[in-house]
Amino acid sequence: MTCPNPSSATQPGTGATPVAIADGVHWIGALDPMLRRFDLILRTANGTTYNAYAVRGSSGVAVVDTVKAEFADTFFARLEQVARYEEIRVIVLNHLEPDHSGALPELMRRAPQAKLVISTRAPAMLKALLKADGQEIRYETVDTGDEIDLGDRRLRFLHTPYLHWPDTQCTYLLEQQVLFSGDVFGCHHCDPRLFNDRVGDFRFAFEYYYAHIMRPFKTHVREALALIEPLPLAVIAPTHGPILRERPRRYVARYRALSGADASLEPVPADAEPLRTLLVFYLSAYGSTARMAEAIAAGAEAVPGIRVSLYDLEGGETGPFVDLIEAADAIALGSPTINGDAVKPLWDLLSSLTVVSLRGKVGAAFGSYGWSGEAVGMIEDRLRGLKLRVPVAGLRLKLIPTDGELDDCRDFGRALAQAVTGAGAAGSEAGDTAAKPVIDFADLA
Amino acid sequence: MAKAKLTFEDIGQSVNVPAGIRVIEVSEKVGAGIIYGCREGDCGTCMMHVTEGWNNLTEPSVLEEKVLRENMASRHNRLACQAQVIGDCSVKPA
Repeated sequence: MTCPNPSSATQPGTGATPVAIADGVHWIGALDPMLRRFDLILRTANGTTYNAYAVRGSSGVAVVDTVKAEFADTFFARLEQVARYEEIRVIVLNHLEPDHSGALPELMRRAPQAKLVISTRAPAMLKALLKADGQEIRYETVDTGDEIDLGDRRLRFLHTPYLHWPDTQCTYLLEQQVLFSGDVFGCHHCDPRLFNDRVGDFRFAFEYYYAHIMRPFKTHVREALALIEPLPLAVIAPTHGPILRERPRRYVARYRALSGADASLEPVPADAEPLRTLLVFYLSAYGSTARMAEAIAAGAEAVPGIRVSLYDLEGGETGPFVDLIEAADAIALGSPTINGDAVKPLWDLLSSLTVVSLRGKVGAAFGSYGWSGEAVGMIEDRLRGLKLRVPVAGLRLKLIPTDGELDDCRDFGRALAQAVTGAGAAGSEAGDTAAKPVIDFADLA
Repeated sequence: MAKAKLTFEDIGQSVNVPAGIRVIEVSEKVGAGIIYGCREGDCGTCMMHVTEGWNNLTEPSVLEEKVLRENMASRHNRLACQAQVIGDCSVKPA
């Protein structure tokens, strides 16, 4: 394995020199080629970059984002070559995560006259980031459409919440058509050549970053794109990875494609009844939980308006199952209990769902057991932890199911399907709602 | 102390509560289906729909209004971790 050579004079991002990306706009970030895992969750085969920028206007300088604290020296060295601290009027943080705000306290000490500009959702995070330091920082919040005048150029703000933190915004330099996009359109790819037309193929990093960072927020991605797409774009300057100056709109289009509401290849007939989707996943050592799964699927399938699919978790990889769940309305998960727990492939699936939005989905658990049968309750707890609704109490059976117990499974599938489609009773917990007496708050445990 | 009746429609349960209590404090104890994330009005996870008694909850703060907007809240939706009960009302998960 080779690492980028940080001493090569032919590469614009090396040494500690700033790099011009547009008239009066410089990259003043830092390279981190040796990083191999970012935020514990992302693998980074050649490291990452922390991109920060300086914008010079006729009435002052704006610094857009900073770097991770360990890289502050490089950041300040680059900044000092394009601006004096007393010239800095504005510091914009598009997103307060520590890899972009790490040098902020020191920058505010060096440029105390500068005004910090953050999104309306950021103040609580700013306070939490600075509380250990004890530093008081003055800030101003901005929202979509607000502008800051730097004399001969203006910064306009686009609030793009949840891409990928609630506070995220983008900053657009109107005159140069540069979009400082924060983590949007970014990726963990460290190459001192810096620009997308010079670094070679980095598609894998771009797609990987989207899949892990932006994918859980697809709805918000589409809202942000509605703000970004109308803008003339000469350069997209994200906070990680290559600066996108060659055909930047391709990356916007790629986000549009990746954030589509439905990735299914199957055409839906115009006159088709809307179908809700229930996926039944199971693991089975001796076939009992598998038989339960089949009966649950059959019971659910009998309810109009639902399409049920049955999968043995042992027969597939986690990734495609996560894709299926992203597009489904409900999941039922079956596992036997082995040594007091559900079985590992099920936990592997349940620990892989954070990359997709689960909002509004329904979950349920079932399984056969030998003597203790904890798995079903543990799966239900995890489903609730993932914020799925669990309207039908889980179903556990001891060892081999009888015909009567398989009837219970069909009933369970039917109740689940009804909870998903909204047909009949909303589920076993809600069957006797009208009769419940009013209770007093003081009597609640 | 003034009392109010807070009804969780998804589980068909009504609770007599002291006025001023936040919905979150009751819903978790009684096992209603509203789910929670940050519990401090930031994430929007606990969005609920107020089916009756909309005016019997405290006014949303500027921050709550913003979070509701960003989460595409429909009319009469509130955050259960923020809304305080001041009179009879009915809610269910949004």
